Amino acid sequence: MTSYLRPRDLEEAVVARAAYPNWMVLAGGTDLMVNANHKPIPGGILDLWRLGEIGFIRVGDGAIAIGAGTTWHEVERHPAIRDRLLPLALAAREIGALQIQSRGTLGGNIGTSSPVGDSLPVLLALDATIEVASVRGRRSIPYSTWCTGYRTSLLASDELIVAAHIPLPGAGTWTTWRKVGTRRAQSISKVMGAAAIILDGGTVVSARVALGAVADRPIRITAVEDAVRGLSLARAAEAARAAVRTSIQPIDDIRSTSVYRREVAENLVARFFTSAAGVS
Amino acid sequence: MDPAVPAIGSSLPRVDGVAKVTGRARYLDDLDAAGAWHGATVRSKTAFGVLEAIDLDPAFDWSQVVVATAADIPGANVIALIEDDQPALVKIGQRVMHVDEAIALVAAPTRALAFEAAKHITPRVRAMTPVYSLEDALACKQPLYKDTNVFKQFLIRKGHEADAELDAAFARAAQVIEGTYDTSPQEQMYIEPQAMMAEWRDGRCFIVGSMQCPYYVHKAMKALLGCGPDGVVITQSVTGGGFGGKEEYPSMLAAHVAVLAAKAKRAVKIVYDRDEDIAATTKRHPCRTHHRLAVDAAGEILAVDIDVVMDGGAYLTLSPVVLSRGVLHAAGPYRCPVVRVRGRVVATNHPPHGAFRGFGAPQTTFAYERQMQKLAIARGEDPLALRKRLALRSGDTTATGQLLGFSVGTDEVIAAIEGVAGTAPTRDGTGPTGAPVRRGRGVCFYFHGAGFTGSGEQRLAGRATIALTTAGTFEVRSSSTDIGQGSITMFTQIAAGALGVDASLVSVIDPSTANVPDSGPTVASRTCMVVGSLVDQGSRALAGQLQTWAAENGLGGRPLLEIAKARSAHGELTHTVQYEPPPGIEWNDTTYTGSAYPVYGWAACLVDVSVDLDTYEVTIDRCVQAVDVGKAINPSIVKGQIEGGTLQALGWAVLENVVYKDGKVANANMTNCIVPTFADAPDLETILVEVPYPFGPSGAKGVGEIPMDGPAAAVANAVENALGVAFDRLPISPEAIAATKSQWSPS
Repeated sequence: MTSYLRPRDLEEAVVARAAYPNWMVLAGGTDLMVNANHKPIPGGILDLWRLGEIGFIRVGDGAIAIGAGTTWHEVERHPAIRDRLLPLALAAREIGALQIQSRGTLGGNIGTSSPVGDSLPVLLALDATIEVASVRGRRSIPYSTWCTGYRTSLLASDELIVAAHIPLPGAGTWTTWRKVGTRRAQSISKVMGAAAIILDGGTVVSARVALGAVADRPIRITAVEDAVRGLSLARAAEAARAAVRTSIQPIDDIRSTSVYRREVAENLVARFFTSAAGVS
Repeated sequence: MDPAVPAIGSSLPRVDGVAKVTGRARYLDDLDAAGAWHGATVRSKTAFGVLEAIDLDPAFDWSQVVVATAADIPGANVIALIEDDQPALVKIGQRVMHVDEAIALVAAPTRALAFEAAKHITPRVRAMTPVYSLEDALACKQPLYKDTNVFKQFLIRKGHEADAELDAAFARAAQVIEGTYDTSPQEQMYIEPQAMMAEWRDGRCFIVGSMQCPYYVHKAMKALLGCGPDGVVITQSVTGGGFGGKEEYPSMLAAHVAVLAAKAKRAVKIVYDRDEDIAATTKRHPCRTHHRLAVDAAGEILAVDIDVVMDGGAYLTLSPVVLSRGVLHAAGPYRCPVVRVRGRVVATNHPPHGAFRGFGAPQTTFAYERQMQKLAIARGEDPLALRKRLALRSGDTTATGQLLGFSVGTDEVIAAIEGVAGTAPTRDGTGPTGAPVRRGRGVCFYFHGAGFTGSGEQRLAGRATIALTTAGTFEVRSSSTDIGQGSITMFTQIAAGALGVDASLVSVIDPSTANVPDSGPTVASRTCMVVGSLVDQGSRALAGQLQTWAAENGLGGRPLLEIAKARSAHGELTHTVQYEPPPGIEWNDTTYTGSAYPVYGWAACLVDVSVDLDTYEVTIDRCVQAVDVGKAINPSIVKGQIEGGTLQALGWAVLENVVYKDGKVANANMTNCIVPTFADAPDLETILVEVPYPFGPSGAKGVGEIPMDGPAAAVANAVENALGVAFDRLPISPEAIAATKSQWSPS
């Protein structure tokens, strides 16, 4: 038998989480339903679906805070996210089908921490901070340090994800995202990437570049970030391509090959820089 | 004629449409079956070996479930079809031939308990060295089937008697085009998984389920249950797609539910899980075709020499027939005086490959249309003009020496494509993401034999009955199943048209071997052309009978409906028609010469693609199919058939695949065994061409399979046009394209 608890508020939720750290935390249920066919049924379920305190989108002066319980449909439809954090809105639109987007949540993607989580490279590129809560209190974790391995993270066993805080990119920052899946919709990514490129005219001041599906976790490609500083966009594109080549070791699996993933990752990252040329 | 009579050629709304879109249609798993138990299948994890024992976990509580093995089969332990080599369940001491082969069965009050119990049954198999590749199968170091591993072979010769004459024709050639073409296995991915239920009442077994061919299941169950024709009744439930996947395989489920229901003494149903369905059921045959084409200096074909090898999988199933259709289409719809086609289908330890829309023809069509493309490139000739120049027309003979007469739509389909082709896309450009793209255009021209091969229709002698019921309405009784393709609507339209009555007065009854004659299976693009013709003839004959009765009973000259009403008071009136081959159809099964098919559908296809040079993905920007269907009884349904078949072909071309690893389907789930979504589909342009077949209903001939045959070659031709590299292997995946990067033509 599986135990089930649906807390009334966050306070009750963190108490339950502390009491039952091995229970599955359920947001929209999209992982639970997939696992139902392949994995043992969890001993207990802590259901946070539609918990008010984690279901919000707050637009502040310097950042947008998105509650962990926000669905991808809500993310994709939000005018401020579309306006200021376009890559996140675009990623939201590519997560499964509309039915999945209406159940799956930002917190679920962050918590599951799959190497192919579609929003995760965007959170890296946009330099998000994750706010978590427990009976011990709240803390903030830079998303750049969040992922610790294959589906593992810094989230402690008594903690719940409350929100992602995403700083608003400045006027000179070009943000972009691309997913390459097995087909055009409802697919698992073969390679994906996101970038935030801070420009001064046609020169790269700095950049954050992230890739998914090329390692055991979503990763920032610091070699690219180091290589492109101070370069023109055209030269940055070539430097980025070379840096990607030597900094990832993707795998062969049922969906694609290591060779393909590496080559496409190079192309995507290079394209992030050349496509920025049109806006600078 | 009553103004409400639906005209042949009008798009009558689907008779079953509202029930299906509102969810009222009840598929097998929706049927009320109070007290029915659920069945689960214990399968082999070993590809090849000897079953030594079936171990039941002593810690499990077996009192709540029923377990069945080969020992519980009352009759012959075979799935009777062409050859009796496939068991329903592997018997202890016998060979396990493939991964996921059925070894034991469990029935339980709940599905969860049945699946749980199945996990506690372990087949003990002494493994042997399996055979997976065509080369290993042909080398026959490990005999799987007889002492050759060859299930079936064919040899077609035209214009020569000995190989030396063929060699001489090649020796005269100004140019020889030669290539090897590999096509991949493909999953049907019908939306409703395989599902079947059985119940025994008064010593008879009643089986209902998702299927294409009730009488195939009936034949198999007579053998398996050791009963006469009345000992088992097979009824089709509303079926959510088949595409060939429910042609032969449902007999396996029927065997399993029948045995479990007997042992459990209650109704038992089996509904496959999707992953189980993908792993265990039949796929399109993977195929390797070697093709040599000799032309003279003027570009006329002197000879073709083709060698086709298909992977049949572990049992013979329908492989000989699939191979037959493959070799009969292998030379293509082109004039050629000298033809040699050799074909073999071999045994491997893959799960058996089987029927899938096109049935062998898509594989060999891919090969010959790639060859024609290479010939066009080698000669610097426009690809469509080349096909037009070499295509078969009325008065020409096919590879089997069949003299073509009526209903050859070559010029019409090619003209249709020429009419809409427009300018080919500019090769180099930029895509929507800013990535550079390479664009290209490909065409193909192809044909598809409608109906059963050779003398098949004569042997089948399909029958259909039209009845005036005691309620004064009309019924079509045939074993042709509507599996989503729209045949109920098409039959309604044909019968109502032939009787001259409103469509609402005609019903097509649910096929059951208890109440419909054997019309032959629902396969081979034959339902409309062959069975529809029987419905047409039967309806006209019944109307004639009614007129005769009216004249004898003082009602002469009254409207048919009034006569029918009066006659129905005296009981049911039926008319049954049996298939008669059209005149001039002669086929020699020994020499493989003569009329391979009563008639052919003809088609031409144009595809524009762009290849994203960042991701190597192929986008189908445009796909036009012009298909000669003889007559579209219901144009909306016919277009639906063509669009669906086209998308299935485009999927096969660029993204679908079934990946085997150690004999097991490695991508047995919908996440990784992908089919196209609407986002992957271009706007499909369909041009219906109607060159009537005099022996089809209102001129109609087959349409179900033909759209599957050609588009994969058109896509490959278009990608070659874009990149300057030949793609002779399916799927043309982004990974495959990326691997050719160094060979692309310069920008």
